[in-house]
Amino acid sequence: MEKMPKWADVILTPLISLLLAAAISALVILAIGESPWLALKTMIEGSLGSSYGWGFTLYYTTNFIFTGLAVMVAYHASLFNIGGEGQAAMGGLGVALVLLYLPLPHWLIALPVAMIGAAAFGAAWAFIPAWLQAKRGSHIVITTIMFNFIAAAALNYVLVNVLRPVGSMDPASARFPESTHLPSLSDMALAFGMEWGKNTPVNVTFFVAIGACLLVWLLIWRTRLGYEIRAFGKSEPGALYAGISPVRITIIAMLISGGLAGLMAINNVMGEAERLVLNAVEGAGFIGIAVALMGRNHPLGVFLAALLFGFLYQGGGELALWTSIPRELIVVIQALVILFTGALDNMVRMPLERLFLSMRKRGGA
Amino acid sequence: MDFATIIQILDSAVRLMTPLLLACLAGLYSERSGVFDIGLEGKMLMAAFTAASVAYVTGSAWLGLMAGIAGSLALSLIHGLASITFRGNQLISGVAINFLASGLTVLLGQKIFGLGGRTPALEGNARFGEITLPFADALRDVPVIGPIYAELISGHTILVYLAFAMVPLTWWVLNRTRFGLRLRAVGENPASVDTAGVSVTRLRYAAIAICGILCGIAGAYLATALSAGFVKEMTAGRGFIALAALIFAKWRPWSALGATFLFGLLEAIANRYPNLDLGIITIPSMFMNALPYILTVIILAGFVGRAIPPRAGGEPYVKER
Repeated sequence: MEKMPKWADVILTPLISLLLAAAISALVILAIGESPWLALKTMIEGSLGSSYGWGFTLYYTTNFIFTGLAVMVAYHASLFNIGGEGQAAMGGLGVALVLLYLPLPHWLIALPVAMIGAAAFGAAWAFIPAWLQAKRGSHIVITTIMFNFIAAAALNYVLVNVLRPVGSMDPASARFPESTHLPSLSDMALAFGMEWGKNTPVNVTFFVAIGACLLVWLLIWRTRLGYEIRAFGKSEPGALYAGISPVRITIIAMLISGGLAGLMAINNVMGEAERLVLNAVEGAGFIGIAVALMGRNHPLGVFLAALLFGFLYQGGGELALWTSIPRELIVVIQALVILFTGALDNMVRMPLERLFLSMRKRGGA
Repeated sequence: MDFATIIQILDSAVRLMTPLLLACLAGLYSERSGVFDIGLEGKMLMAAFTAASVAYVTGSAWLGLMAGIAGSLALSLIHGLASITFRGNQLISGVAINFLASGLTVLLGQKIFGLGGRTPALEGNARFGEITLPFADALRDVPVIGPIYAELISGHTILVYLAFAMVPLTWWVLNRTRFGLRLRAVGENPASVDTAGVSVTRLRYAAIAICGILCGIAGAYLATALSAGFVKEMTAGRGFIALAALIFAKWRPWSALGATFLFGLLEAIANRYPNLDLGIITIPSMFMNALPYILTVIILAGFVGRAIPPRAGGEPYVKER
């Protein structure tokens, strides 16, 4: 018997977790002598109050959709991919190499080619931990953490010694050619005669991210491969008995996951910076964990959670600008969301289940 | 490279390996009891912050150490609550703890000191002083042994000696005491421990408390002995290197000493020679920095000796009813 109705599981538990995280965050703000109400108002005005704010919120959202989907796909195969950070960084390298060394006359051609580069590099970076997990039984959490650090070191080396233009002191690549510039949403709005989100980084990648949500939904719930991934994630012996190869599923799930994390690079590297800089990912890979947990590992949930974190990220920047609250408040909120929706899930769930059971008993009697 | 340089590099390696060793042993207790802990980094960071803050305010490094331990223990308790009491995912809890520490330290630091997350520089008794062992100065001029004793062995803070003393102590506790036997058993097969009438919950809480104390000492060492004050993100991945060392050492105390010494040495060499010229090739510092992680992946891959974690690691224990 189901202990709680499905809607409660899908909507109520994440909502309560979110409220708990928000309440504790409010206490933290009170503790540092600021007003939580004012903080919330500043954040909402700064991120949702103007098209300028929305432009940044949606830009961050795009990043988090990709990294959230990456964590989600691996999670369905019961693999915990903490390597999104490194995979997204490597995706950036893929984008930079493609855009710097291939002649691409128009963004419509450059975008798909860059996507292939980003996804291929991200997937390649996820392949080694996946292979080690599948073939040698090395724990994927540890190996992906190690690969984050190795990616950071490798990227640092490549930027300083290989991609840095002659005479530049900055550890960053040269600018990408003008022809590969992705249209921003404000350019697109202007084409329709609308003034929207001037000077904001949100670009056409946002629609790619929404497309990725749809494709991942189709993959997980409407294809044979998705079924195999979910079956493997629920029970490895069961999947083995059904003729599903654990090695194949582990590697494929991680390749897709790494590819999705890598795809983030078309937003931050190709769309925003238009060159590869050091530490371009800025922790988005880790936020993907919170986004996937909060979104209950469903693409729609991931989209909404990414929007929430986009709001928090942009709002946090505004907080640092207008109040004396440092933007690290966002890191605390992120930690609390991960804690309550991920690790302390049972703390929220158990009393709820008890409540629903007692309600059902009363209703049935 | 002359003898004096080698001594200097080794001396620097000893200083740099100390926080790794303490955190590695901390993880050892936790993981041998079956509780994975990727939150070592966060606990160390929190401890470094609380230690530096209290040491600055009171002017006492010892009170700072106590505060460091308290700060780290508080996070351990959250980890225990999530992974033991509420049987949540230990890895996710560890990730959360790392972010919590990373955010809270800056938030509180900015509030208290207003220096963008730093604490003011520590001076005098607010830092752990270097201890000169007896006869260090008298023996300094003796060839070979003199410099080794006076430079390498003598002249460290008390916490360094404490960290080294923890290695045999940990070995003894794990392998020669009843508590240690039960601790190892609860990490391999908690049901058997439960059947014997010993509380799995209590044992695991004891293990993560020890883990919290050791991480606290490691963090306090970073902020009040190795450097003079807390800086934002000052652990800089040391918690993860300690985790790597733990795997490298296959969850054994004496091997942990070797592994953390190796990683400390790598860091010391990378600090001294940013671009190591080996004649044929020049090794960039980035490679030296990444080497601990690369070595760990190779060890995990099982090509050079197999690292097998405690069998019940990562699994919350559910009593059958």
